[in-house]
Amino acid sequence: MRYLPLTDTDRAAMLSKVGASDIDALFVDVPEEARLNGPIEGLPMHASEMAVEKHMRRLSKKNLAASDAAFFLGAGAYKHHIPASVDHIIQRGEFLTAYTPYQPEIAQGTLQMLFEFQTQVARLYGCAVANASMYDGSTACWEAVAMASRIARGKKRKVVLSGALHPHYAEVVRTMAKFTQDEIAGAPPSLTAKPDDDGLIARIDSDTSCVVVQYPDILGRLPDIAKIAEAAHEQGALVIAVVTEPVALGGVKSPGEMGADIVAGEGQSIGVGLQFGGPYLGLFAVRDEKHVRMMPGRLCGETVDAQGKRGFVLTLSTREQHIRREKATSNICTNSGLCALAFSVHMTLLGEKGLRLLAMENHRLACIAADRLSKVPGVEVLNETFFNEFTVLLDGNARQIVRQLTEQDVLAGVSLGRLFPGNDALANGLLVAVTETTTEEDVETLASALEEVLA
Amino acid sequence: MNAPRKTPNASGWKPGTPVEGDNAMSGPDTATGNRALMLEEPLLFEIGHSETTGVDFDFAAKLDLAGVEQPTPPTPAPCGRLGNFERSEPIGLVGLTEPETVRHYTRLSRQNYAIDLGLFPLGSCTMKHNPRLNEKVARMPGFADVHPLQPVDTVRGALEVINELAFWLIHLTGMHSIAMSPKAGAHGELCGILCIRAALEARGDARKVILVPESAHGTNPATAAFAGYEIEDIPANSDGRVDFDALKSRLGPDVAGVMITNPSTLGLFERDLKAISDAVHEAGGFVYCDGANFNAIVGKVRPGDLGVDAMHINLHKTFSTPHGGGGPGSGPVVLSEALSPFAPLPYTSRTKDGVVHLVEEENADSFSEEHFGGRMQHFGRMTAFHGQVGMFTRALSYILSHGADGLRQVAEDAVLNANYILRSLEDVLDAPFAHSGPCMHEALFSDKGFADGLSTLDLAKGLIDEGYHPMTMYFPLVVHGAMLVEPTETESKAALDQFILALRSVAERAKAGDETLKTAPFHAPRRRLDETQAARKPVLAYKDQSVPAGTPVPSEVGGR
Repeated sequence: MRYLPLTDTDRAAMLSKVGASDIDALFVDVPEEARLNGPIEGLPMHASEMAVEKHMRRLSKKNLAASDAAFFLGAGAYKHHIPASVDHIIQRGEFLTAYTPYQPEIAQGTLQMLFEFQTQVARLYGCAVANASMYDGSTACWEAVAMASRIARGKKRKVVLSGALHPHYAEVVRTMAKFTQDEIAGAPPSLTAKPDDDGLIARIDSDTSCVVVQYPDILGRLPDIAKIAEAAHEQGALVIAVVTEPVALGGVKSPGEMGADIVAGEGQSIGVGLQFGGPYLGLFAVRDEKHVRMMPGRLCGETVDAQGKRGFVLTLSTREQHIRREKATSNICTNSGLCALAFSVHMTLLGEKGLRLLAMENHRLACIAADRLSKVPGVEVLNETFFNEFTVLLDGNARQIVRQLTEQDVLAGVSLGRLFPGNDALANGLLVAVTETTTEEDVETLASALEEVLA
Repeated sequence: MNAPRKTPNASGWKPGTPVEGDNAMSGPDTATGNRALMLEEPLLFEIGHSETTGVDFDFAAKLDLAGVEQPTPPTPAPCGRLGNFERSEPIGLVGLTEPETVRHYTRLSRQNYAIDLGLFPLGSCTMKHNPRLNEKVARMPGFADVHPLQPVDTVRGALEVINELAFWLIHLTGMHSIAMSPKAGAHGELCGILCIRAALEARGDARKVILVPESAHGTNPATAAFAGYEIEDIPANSDGRVDFDALKSRLGPDVAGVMITNPSTLGLFERDLKAISDAVHEAGGFVYCDGANFNAIVGKVRPGDLGVDAMHINLHKTFSTPHGGGGPGSGPVVLSEALSPFAPLPYTSRTKDGVVHLVEEENADSFSEEHFGGRMQHFGRMTAFHGQVGMFTRALSYILSHGADGLRQVAEDAVLNANYILRSLEDVLDAPFAHSGPCMHEALFSDKGFADGLSTLDLAKGLIDEGYHPMTMYFPLVVHGAMLVEPTETESKAALDQFILALRSVAERAKAGDETLKTAPFHAPRRRLDETQAARKPVLAYKDQSVPAGTPVPSEVGGR
């Protein structure tokens, strides 16, 4: 077996050293009736690298890769170009095969990277402090809600969710709230050109611990976080802004700048591929340093070594499960270290200038797409505002149309029927995402395909 | 195989050996602060610029098929749609060109220890070799470049990967079903505990307490508390295992379940687990097994045969998906028949016609009606999308490579390697449970016998100078100055022998009272770091310092 270095001679010598007659003598504590006497039946035996690669390749071929289609899907996962050097760097063994940096003297590479990552995320979000990453956007969103509850010390139990929060994110929050007794006030999204900020504000009361608003929202619209924050803060509630498309923040004001207290989101767009939904990268930041000790997850901080040289360590770990056990701020242990590295490398390559240009290009192409699609008979663009994703209303069931178009290798977008099943009012809605990887030819392909199918 | 050398180093030198001058090993100071291949690297924010970017965009020039650049002005944007939200302030990011970026991160990478560099004996973490085939497979466009919300007919292969891995994990554990979506071990624990809570609630049985042994991972009590349970300790008996009689007497109508790690964090197999499970079931509770240490028993024992109701599997431990400096993990949870109906959405299911279906909120009820007699009562959703699919491809590739026979050999070699370390060092290091028989995949030592003033931490830092990442320290909490050593099966006998030599040498120094250990490491990129200062005055993000241009930043002068 190519991954197992021990030879039979080694094994014999080692068994003799440990005083065991055979290998099963080392499994003597396993009750006899539970011991398996040979390889588990009905499962294949070991295979060569070539055979495994062939098998996996056959499975991979059954999928339509995004790059092989005219591709317009978003809704929390976006197709962006990832520079080749990103993948090269994350495959360096010193990053790929390192553990969590618990021994800082020999983990400065990971630690300095995390410090830089935290700084990049904090600045992108307009916040004071970001943590070293969470699992993904949906779990980061839930952790933000849990943190707001902790800050409210159980005195405020109501969590107000914007109707235009990603439905998977809302479902994760609802699931967890069942077990923590938070009361969730949600609502389905309404198909209006502007987000219903006033409706959301009207649901905030003095029992509200936090209000969760997605920016841009699930329909692609831009809610006015500043206005919502003003109203929430009057009631003593925190504002949690959820960002599923970080590239947007190259083009629009940051949530922190507009008064959001906690910003949580998905970082996949920068450096991390689509990968059928994971692993992704949860981003988490607080606007005000005073909330740092309530944060979940790992934090990397600057310090000095015994000779006065600057160095970095994991810090404030008295919040974490390995120290605090049942009193920890979260049960999170492993996070998304390698995805954080990919994000940080890509963000370093982009820089301020690159991210702003990337955002401009995404928005420019999205505007072109919206204008072109609005000329298709039977298609209406819903949004007044959007960044790189917008909703169109079709003369027909969007989900069926999306399925139909796959036959021409057009992945037309995410239908609202897929996201909000059972909600007939939304069945004609289609969410269309456009990034720098979309060409004007792709837009034309989609437009003509829709023209044909809606005719 | 060479016989182990008598001295730690061919030249006879070892850390602490008196040398001439302040430190002859390091020589005189250098102007840069670098020391040959030990290179300092400034922070990104000290070397990058807001005007620099390492990415070029197509809209300046388009490349046609012949490779001839044809400048074409971009189609002007129709009027922008950002409303009043257009960014007016700078973000504060800095950029580097590609050569600078590659160099920055390559230099940083060299300040990390990693499995690729040497044995990484972190107990309970299972730092084994990460096969590169798995990386190649995960990057096939059909896996790496598919969107989680594509119409299911365009992603049948991805669904098959999820289902095929699920099949293997169910059979390797002898369980009834599996929830694939949890993102890491602790997330899997939460999934399992929420299944237990949902099952109890479904029968109108509100129980309040989860029993957890003191030796458990911190995630266990943190998870149970997160799910709204009170935590009570389970005592251990003299050989380190769960005290069955004490546990049994605590069981009652208020106990929702127990969380047991098997093999335990002491490296011991819980002999009574089957009897414990029977007693817990008898009292109406459920058994959660922390599967972090599954590597020791994969292919040798099935947790399902021991009465376990739920167990997470860390794909990044047993099934070798890379740890990546702290994630991503992946924590699927296998479930007993009693808990299966409560598993979260989404899940995949292969019907008799061979088709793998994706079951989400919209079709959960109808699918349950059609195929499970309406029994499914999922407790909700743990995460957006389908879980760590990029880790599933890697784990499946690993499992197929080993097969049923290879996985069994994995457990046997992992256990043999750990016992070899235990028996090679028990004369020099106190091994508190060595008397109770063989260990499983990890060997546990304590600091008993160290000279006054020297601790496990000092030994660990001394081991760094020997070229090793230290073992897990001060865990489990039940052993004073614990040192938990897990070599894994991917180490050769020669690699183990050299590690044993190093650990023996450092242990002897700790017992002899070698004071130099207190200030080790000497040869790492940094000496001991001041963790107190880091926590007292947290600096968690870079703050721009306004210094005149040309002023060297700390890292440019060796961090001083």
